[in-house]
Amino acid sequence: MSEGYILSLILALPFLGALLVSLLNKESRNAIRILGLAFSGGAFVLSVWLFIMFDGGNPDMQFVEKYAWIPELDVSYFVGIDGISLLLVVLTTFLTPIALLASWESIESKLKGYVALMLLLEVGTLGVFMALDLFLFYVFWEFMLIPMYFIIGIWGAAERIYAAIKFFLFTMAGSLLMLVAIIWLGYYASTQPDGFFTTNLLKLYEIAPGIPMGIQSWMFLAFTLSFAIKVPIFPLHTWLPDAHVQAPTAGSVILAGVLLKMGTYGLVRFCLPLFPYATFTFMPYIAALGVIGIVYGALVSMVQPDFKKLVAYSSVSHLGFVVLGIFALNEEAMQGSVIQMINHGISTGALFLLIGMIYDRRHTHLIKDFGGLARVMPVYAAFFMIVMLSSIGLPGLNGFVGEFLILVGSFKSKYLGSHWFAILAATGVVLTAVYLLWSYQRVFFGKLENVANQKLKDLSVREWAVLVPVVVFIVWIGVYPHTFLQKSELASKQIVEQIQDAWKGFRVASAESIVSTASESASR
Amino acid sequence: MSISFQDVIATGPITVVSIVALVVLIVETIRDKTELLTCWISITGLVLAMIVAFTSIENTGTAYSGMVNTGGYANFFAVVFCIAGLLSTMLSKSYIQKENIEHGEYYFLLLLAVVGMMLMAAAADLIIFFLGLELMSVTFYVMAGFVRKRQASNEAALKYFLLGAFATGFLLYGIALLYGSTGTTNIESIISRADILPPNTTFLIGLGLLLIGLAFKVAAVPFHMWVPDVYEGSPTTVSGFMSTGGKAAAFSALLLIFAPKLVNLVGPIQEVLAVLSALSMIVGNVIAISQTSIKRMLAYSSIAHAGYLLTGVVAANASGTKGILFYLIAYTVMNIGAFGVLSTFESKDRQNLTFDDYAGLSSKKPVLAGLMALFMFSLSGIPPFAGFFGKYYVFVGAVEAGYTWLAIVGVLMSVVSVYYYLRLVVLMYFKEQAVISEPTVSSLGLTALVISGVAVVELGIFPSTVLNIIANFF
Repeated sequence: MSEGYILSLILALPFLGALLVSLLNKESRNAIRILGLAFSGGAFVLSVWLFIMFDGGNPDMQFVEKYAWIPELDVSYFVGIDGISLLLVVLTTFLTPIALLASWESIESKLKGYVALMLLLEVGTLGVFMALDLFLFYVFWEFMLIPMYFIIGIWGAAERIYAAIKFFLFTMAGSLLMLVAIIWLGYYASTQPDGFFTTNLLKLYEIAPGIPMGIQSWMFLAFTLSFAIKVPIFPLHTWLPDAHVQAPTAGSVILAGVLLKMGTYGLVRFCLPLFPYATFTFMPYIAALGVIGIVYGALVSMVQPDFKKLVAYSSVSHLGFVVLGIFALNEEAMQGSVIQMINHGISTGALFLLIGMIYDRRHTHLIKDFGGLARVMPVYAAFFMIVMLSSIGLPGLNGFVGEFLILVGSFKSKYLGSHWFAILAATGVVLTAVYLLWSYQRVFFGKLENVANQKLKDLSVREWAVLVPVVVFIVWIGVYPHTFLQKSELASKQIVEQIQDAWKGFRVASAESIVSTASESASR
Repeated sequence: MSISFQDVIATGPITVVSIVALVVLIVETIRDKTELLTCWISITGLVLAMIVAFTSIENTGTAYSGMVNTGGYANFFAVVFCIAGLLSTMLSKSYIQKENIEHGEYYFLLLLAVVGMMLMAAAADLIIFFLGLELMSVTFYVMAGFVRKRQASNEAALKYFLLGAFATGFLLYGIALLYGSTGTTNIESIISRADILPPNTTFLIGLGLLLIGLAFKVAAVPFHMWVPDVYEGSPTTVSGFMSTGGKAAAFSALLLIFAPKLVNLVGPIQEVLAVLSALSMIVGNVIAISQTSIKRMLAYSSIAHAGYLLTGVVAANASGTKGILFYLIAYTVMNIGAFGVLSTFESKDRQNLTFDDYAGLSSKKPVLAGLMALFMFSLSGIPPFAGFFGKYYVFVGAVEAGYTWLAIVGVLMSVVSVYYYLRLVVLMYFKEQAVISEPTVSSLGLTALVISGVAVVELGIFPSTVLNIIANFF
């Protein structure tokens, strides 16, 4: 069961890069940077090839590789991707070199460790998106914490230690309960006829929906808690502003761009197909939390004096859309969620990049320290405008596609049971425009009063190189989303249909049991 | 009862270490300045014993008229004890030099303790088990007080001895009652009689007393009071050895006597074990948070790890048992490693043992800091390191046995443990100033640390290397 080893190659490249970087002399700073960029860039090139080779007409896992790892517990190194994972893999390999390029000069101390950890972080996140074995998934999921913890803790801002520990403990607390749930799933598989302990995801897809409802709810909650902390779904989001604000620029880019997607990806990949009945039970509550997140995140963003914190809270809002789309349980909304994950990765990643650029110059990201920047940095202001409009969801740019699909899907959803979800979520779009445009106005327009801002240099060639690819994707997805949507279309459809079928079967079964108990009591 | 040559050969590892121990003692008495020589004799002997144990692992049987088991389980643990002894010996060299306690008896005692441990794991009879336990314990009492002129060391030895003697009393009483109710001291016969005996109070009390004695040795709550003081006062390398080899030995005996079959037959025992396990995880982890001395923190963490390991005993199934065996190897390498790093920085007057002393270590000593961070991550059970898989496997056992709640307590307490293990990492990596004095680390000690570090990663990524060996005798 093997179709080449391109996924392993994509995983191995950054890992090798990290090893090589750690062998270099720490004084040869340029060699370290170039090596880091080369290996992460190589992974991106490979993933582009992966993207081209990927067959959008096949909803199943592709590029599957499977090798026995721990036979006693039927754990295997089992990787493969469907259309949804594909997009996230490409997003990860795209953002990592960009983030490395963006931090070319801003990291002064311990550069070697920094580049190595960024590459290890890439390995961890890629592994999460590729793993088809729950044990393997969990290993990557937890392993990823270590490099991120160090990146925030060593190269972060003043409150970095607090933020790093909070980030670690929050994620750990959620994921360990998921570990128990994973073990329980394996055990449940062993109680089936001819069953044995397994963490093979594809096998569990067949078995897990049969878990009795009471336990299924607990399983669902254990998984969802872990993912909800990662997304983060309101009210579990409090680690996020701290981690985002304290992390160095590249850390924030990866954190917002990729790491948060691990949560939403987990919901799609695990919670829905493994526990369809529990999904239906909890759907309205989680969708409601998503909507609360949309509005709450936007309102809190509005009052932030710190630009980086503003963008951090805007993530809560944007990911609320993704959560709503996932739990609307129809194809449009699911597709919207998938593309919104990518969009948020690109747009918010780019916002953090832009804020990092001004931070490198001024060492502050308080909005009140700026004003009138458009006069001294016109190019910067223009890039900022494009990225900001994409985040707002202007038609023609990427953000619009996802939000539109999610709103349409959730409005039409049979399962949500109310149009209010979509209507309230739509107010989030308006609020987003308010806080972003308002902050843009305060930073870029008006008088150039602050003396420190009067001699700011506009973008350097390197910064152009960072931003141009991002803008290309912003426009590409906005104008012609089909390139990307066609890859994930069938996968989204399959997941949605899978749980819809399960739901029908469940209703028939419960109706039958009602009928049979009724007839029993009648015959007595 | 006659002792034949076959018996001596069949119990190869025990024989080898016993002979080497005597050789060390003799060499020490007949010549001056033999510290280096005795150290190398011990290392050679332990490596030899390890090879013997490893090669004869498939020759399962009994020796000495059915009193001692050979091969399989016994040899597996013999390897574990040899690893613990070997790493401790390698780390001790420069440490005992620094502490001015470099006497040949140190290595002799260490080897003798290994013999005791091996006897415990090989016991087919409660008498042999008791013999091994006492051999190990008495040498530990002496080693704990090895720094004669230091009050803390004396205190540790005395406390350990008094409480240990008390626990021995319980243990012996338990053995007596078991003999009284079953008429045998053969472990297997006792277990097989558990299901044919009518409900028997004497039998249950006997088991209970035995459990108290063993719970004391594995450092399970509420029999843990001695642990922090003894680990803190003893020479650091000795603490490392006691907490790993000693714990592994106690668990090897616990698994022999409270074997899955017995635990499943005698219902109340399982409940009692579950409570002990949960209490150890909770108390150990929660108290560890507030420690300022790393040695004390490791002592409380050792109590917590006893709790995780007990989860596997409670499970009383194949996964739980295999999980414990794997966990013990993982715990041995990572905990000796952690104590080892501590021992290199500890200065003569017991300085450099608090968390704050480690601030900014990473910039000054990247290799040692990196290893310490690795051991901390592994101890807290973060993949892909050895500690994670150990926990995973025992929790699999617990869930299979219907003790999901115990697994939940376990993972919740792991979150707590992350806080204090990572506190050290925070200090080493996220703080700037480096105040700690130069470490004394011999190339031998550094080799031991690197071996432990490599083992922590290797076992974490390829747990099958050990699982395949375990599969041989399961």
